[in-house]
Amino acid sequence: MAASIDSPRPAPTVQLLTADGRFQPSDSAAEYLPYLDRLSEDDFLRFYRDMVVMRTFDGEAANLQRQGQLALWVPSHGQEAAQVGSAYATRPQDHVFPSYREHVVGMIRGLDLNNILRMLRGVTLGGWDPATNGNFHLYSLVLASQALHATGYAMGIQFDGTVATGNPEKDQAVIVYFGDGASSQGDVSEALVFAASYQTPQVFFLQNNHYAISVPVVRQSRTPLYLRGSGFGIPGTQIDGNDVLASFAVTSKWMDDARAGHGPALIEALTYRVGAHTTADDPTKYRVDAETASWIARDPIARYRTYLEGRGVDQAFFAGVDEEASDYAEDSRKRALEIVAPTMEAIFDNVYAEPHVLIAEQKAWAERYEASFGEGQA
Amino acid sequence: MNDLNVTATATAPSAIVATGDAAAPSVAAAESAAAASSIQSLPMGKAINAGLRRALANDPKVLLMGEDIGPLGGVYRVTEGLHAEFGENRVLDTPLAESGIIGTAIGLAMRGYRPVCEIQFDGFIFPGFDQITTQLARMRNRHEGSVTMPIVIRVPFGGHIGSIEHHSESPEAYFAHTPGLRVVTPSTSHDAYWMIQEAIASNDPVLFFEPKSRYFTKGDIDVAVNGTPLHASRVVRSGTDATVVGYGAMLPTLLQAADIAAEEGTSIEVVDLRSISPIDYAPLLESVRKTGRLVVAQEAPGNVSVGSEIAATVSERAFYSLEAPVIRVAGFDTPYPPSKLEGIFLPSADRVLEAVDRSLAY
Repeated sequence: MAASIDSPRPAPTVQLLTADGRFQPSDSAAEYLPYLDRLSEDDFLRFYRDMVVMRTFDGEAANLQRQGQLALWVPSHGQEAAQVGSAYATRPQDHVFPSYREHVVGMIRGLDLNNILRMLRGVTLGGWDPATNGNFHLYSLVLASQALHATGYAMGIQFDGTVATGNPEKDQAVIVYFGDGASSQGDVSEALVFAASYQTPQVFFLQNNHYAISVPVVRQSRTPLYLRGSGFGIPGTQIDGNDVLASFAVTSKWMDDARAGHGPALIEALTYRVGAHTTADDPTKYRVDAETASWIARDPIARYRTYLEGRGVDQAFFAGVDEEASDYAEDSRKRALEIVAPTMEAIFDNVYAEPHVLIAEQKAWAERYEASFGEGQA
Repeated sequence: MNDLNVTATATAPSAIVATGDAAAPSVAAAESAAAASSIQSLPMGKAINAGLRRALANDPKVLLMGEDIGPLGGVYRVTEGLHAEFGENRVLDTPLAESGIIGTAIGLAMRGYRPVCEIQFDGFIFPGFDQITTQLARMRNRHEGSVTMPIVIRVPFGGHIGSIEHHSESPEAYFAHTPGLRVVTPSTSHDAYWMIQEAIASNDPVLFFEPKSRYFTKGDIDVAVNGTPLHASRVVRSGTDATVVGYGAMLPTLLQAADIAAEEGTSIEVVDLRSISPIDYAPLLESVRKTGRLVVAQEAPGNVSVGSEIAATVSERAFYSLEAPVIRVAGFDTPYPPSKLEGIFLPSADRVLEAVDRSLAY
């Protein structure tokens, strides 16, 4: 990458696939190439399948919002490679702390995406149990708050000694997702301080999608964000976030190092939010078409398809994935429309773990009040 | 923030010894006559220390976290000796960042730990306010019950110590206003010893406000018998003419006011709230139904405060028993003043009695 106002120094961006789909690793990619040996032929195909399923689901969810069936949708179009590659670098025993755009990471960890639609349909504030959903924690809407939760969790792993045991089935690490906007929040800096101080088994995965709603990344940082780690004593790596293989290989290395007890790392994935921030946003007010077009030309799915075709994957596979994605989206839509609103108890239950006199009184009052409307009806 | 802490570390304890209320009656004294063998006399700071030690010893998941709480033992020495006894993985000297302390404690709680966080001074809790109110307080609710947040946040609070800005605040109302949190404050060594253990045992987040002007005041502790649940308020002195209610460091002032009033022939009943959220109204309402008059006293500014809530609730629930409006005695609705003026700002026995007189005049 050439020096620019975004990047005052040339960054040794790790890239394995060029924007047009050729396997042509950058010099900086050399140490990461062995991690590709872990991938079976099926894994290569699953990367593609998950990216396409996600993008199709994404479009369907946006439709549901426009039709008034969701309060909001948070699109991930354009960021699929960063998310899919890093998600496959985690192991079942690892813990994932998302921001709120990492739908496909949840899917890969085993979360039924209906849970996310439930939240955006207004029937729950979170609603899934991370322990039974692939250790995929709840979305965190106060930007960067999850960075500290992830770091605290990783401190707990450290205290429990389930790190650096040498047993790859047992050693654990944490990955936390956040964005270029959230990087300005104090909680990210405090998380980096605590992570470095306690040498937590943890990867900070920063998706630089170039916009915090409408404000470009240059307003957040005058230095490339992967350099943020170095001031805290945390190694930083910049990757082409639209290259699913780079995302997988680089995240695999740093998650391995974290599990082995070598401490935290930061990855900055350069990507682009092709769609709006949310369905409440209008990107035409703050971006020019030429910029968006230049990123669409670097699309993560198109380049990976070209790469797979070069590996000899036949057209029937791609057609099959399209059909599967379409079925998945249709099924998701159907199930979204069947989501039932919770009953009144949901307001009062689980505010506290132990009995609480004020909540009990108010719940009893609300029940009497609601019941009073039924009186007189036969 | 750091240099202020250093200053306070050097000056606060001696300031307390110089200006503290050592002559005030001990609330626990009347209760501790029996069972001599299980009675220990300790200052409140040492009582909390003993409670923390017992919690650490009883449950390997209990962790202490905070600034300067390790070898130093905290700026008020409340954690003294615990780092040496339990080690650096149980008693964590954290980086100097309150949001970081609370935020990582949340992650540790998700992992199954029971963190006890020390906020060095009341006025320094606000860098952690977002993590407390938008995350800690709601985490269980957001998870629909699949996680618990057994986190205690210890906060030395209140004035009377002659200190600099941000070291004498009473921010309890912010937290009492936040659903999902519990807020308590002891006024005696006995309560401090037991309530800190109950707070740590609770599966809900608890803000534990420690009246720092009482840290060095001795009181009897019955280490064998607790006697009062965490969220129970308690009549600590019986009376018939008016009720005064307060919490934390207000209690010695209220008892002093009751002593003075008694000499003048007025019988005041004193209630120690102990729990600010939830508030245990039953003993208070019973008292008001008897006396017909209520004065609420607090160091915090009175506008939209704990005292306001008590006044509203007692008016709703004991309206026909009241002979006078509920009167609030509080800090003024100003920033906490320079310490040479705190004697005017903080409710004194005389100000409490002035309010009692107004109540009796109805």
